[in-house]
Amino acid sequence: MAKQSTAKKEIPSKQEASTTRAVTAGTSQKSAAPNLDRLIHERLRLGIISALAANPSLTFSDLKNLMNTTDGNLSVHARKLEEAGYIACTKYFDGRLPKTEYKLTAEGRRALESYLNHMESLIKQMRSS
Amino acid sequence: MPDMEPIRLVKPEQPEPPALHERAMDNLRYIRETMERATAFTGISGWGEVAIGATAIIASLVAARQVTFTLWLAVWVVEGTISLLIAGWSMDRKARAVQMPLVSGPGRKAVFSLSPPVIAGGLLTIVLFRAGLTNAIPGVWLLLYGTGVVTGGMFSVGVVPIMGLCFMALGAGALFAPPEFANWFMAAGFGGLHIVFGVIIARKYGG
Repeated sequence: MAKQSTAKKEIPSKQEASTTRAVTAGTSQKSAAPNLDRLIHERLRLGIISALAANPSLTFSDLKNLMNTTDGNLSVHARKLEEAGYIACTKYFDGRLPKTEYKLTAEGRRALESYLNHMESLIKQMRSS
Repeated sequence: MPDMEPIRLVKPEQPEPPALHERAMDNLRYIRETMERATAFTGISGWGEVAIGATAIIASLVAARQVTFTLWLAVWVVEGTISLLIAGWSMDRKARAVQMPLVSGPGRKAVFSLSPPVIAGGLLTIVLFRAGLTNAIPGVWLLLYGTGVVTGGMFSVGVVPIMGLCFMALGAGALFAPPEFANWFMAAGFGGLHIVFGVIIARKYGG
């Protein structure tokens, strides 16, 4: 539980994400990465979004195995993405077993594409300078 | 008492943080690798497996009518080629369905994991054929195909290695069963198991 609450404090909300500037190593780098989507910039959340972009849907245990993480960590980060509308969560019973299935929403796909474009433009910018 | 030097805190030298473009490249690499891993995870096309199973049942019916072993072998070689084409096409289709050009790994992983047992099977077929031990060939094929599916399936969803184990069990059965059951084992393995597990994969993992 303590782990979850710590993780929550670190994670910005979607509203914050849209306005937050990238935390970069130096002052000069700050200007090079404006409006970076901090919500998916975090490694595990970026991994969840990327894995879901490559599959129509994945269950909680599929994602846990893919990301090689703990139940608590995955659920905290998945909830953040769900609250932001980037992924959709469905709960159902497979026989007697409860299952949680995640899908990438159109908004989530747009966010990933925009993040990819952002990264590519940063690389191009550095190469041209 | 001698005068003591005041304690100074020595700050360890911090390494330079990586440049922004290096971090951007690292992020892109991470996205690509995660997507490749995730696609390999469910990259096997369930409906492709069903199609392979259906053609294998037809092949086992045709092969059972052949009067010589050479013709029987020819039927299964043709079926093997058709299956490879179906597998390649269906996996490519599933990978393209995710609309992400970064994906490129699943096909490579499948080829690398299945190639060694298929090559070993081909060589053993020649050796067994020359030695006149043709009755062992169906069992050897099922067993080796099963090992390839188990090892390749370790990167994939749990149902894939289970399918491989079922192939291995059938192969073991075929090796010790009377030769007149060979076509039944081939139909049950390459036909039945592909269809059953193909439906499971298609229903659970989107096609």
